[in-house]
Amino acid sequence: MRWMWIDQIIEFEPEKRMVAVKSVSLSEEHLHDHFPATDSLDAQPLMPATLIIEGMAQTAGILVGSVNGFTEKVILAKIARARIEADVFPGQSIRFDATIERIDAGGASTTGTIERRTDEINDEGWEPIGCIDLMFSHIDQNMAGVEFPEHNFVFSDNFKQILHSSGLEHLVR
Amino acid sequence: MSMSKDEIFTNVQMVLVEALGADEDEITENASLTADLGAESIDFLDIVFRLEKAFSTDDAPFKISQGELFPENLMENDDWVSDGKFTESGLAMLKDRMPHIDFSKFSADPDLGKVADLITVSSLVTFVSNKLESAAA
Repeated sequence: MRWMWIDQIIEFEPEKRMVAVKSVSLSEEHLHDHFPATDSLDAQPLMPATLIIEGMAQTAGILVGSVNGFTEKVILAKIARARIEADVFPGQSIRFDATIERIDAGGASTTGTIERRTDEINDEGWEPIGCIDLMFSHIDQNMAGVEFPEHNFVFSDNFKQILHSSGLEHLVR
Repeated sequence: MSMSKDEIFTNVQMVLVEALGADEDEITENASLTADLGAESIDFLDIVFRLEKAFSTDDAPFKISQGELFPENLMENDDWVSDGKFTESGLAMLKDRMPHIDFSKFSADPDLGKVADLITVSSLVTFVSNKLESAAA
């Protein structure tokens, strides 16, 4: 399994905003452990909140990385706020809407909203279910002056594939 | 922007509640951001961003340059740090670049590992107050 928690980027405003979506499928192995049946309860497969946060981190991280053409190593440094008020089940989709609040040489802060779409809502309708605000560090600019490998290990081929399938490969310098 | 020290303190307190998840009553004037409130290096970037937001107005953006609140890459300069301690010129550099910090006790044991502990709530208030005053001058 690849560590990708978004399927496609559907909106992009340079240096400002990125929106990505993910469809949650019962074929995803982790859903069967979250949560399995017990002696007294049926299985309850639902998208772990931690991986919803990871999906937002990937969306916002790509947005932050795109500002410098993916030449900086952008690392999730802090979850400033995360509130998720409803579960997401197999068959539903998640939309990650991330906005850069502030960016400088040291890193960036982003705000984001999470929405889900279910069969009960029409194609245009997304239901807001939470918000996730994150801090990213440009790790080569860290305060302690610690050095990291030269190649950009953050934006790997997986990310390039998403950019390519979303028509955004031109953003890579 | 004209603000009293009390107003600045209240705003700084709010910034620290949001950035560090600290309780308001923990954020006293003498509390050290790292030693008492548990701030880590990334929190300083968060605090800088939040201070900029809290003290900016439409007419007067409050912008903090990188390294202005806390000098970076201190270990890279051998003239400043030797055997994990600040040298005379290192201390002079700190005092020059961080006029918002009280170095009176630090000079006796200028340990590199302890310099971040010197940033207190009160020093943040002084930092903001100095910047607002020089912007108004």
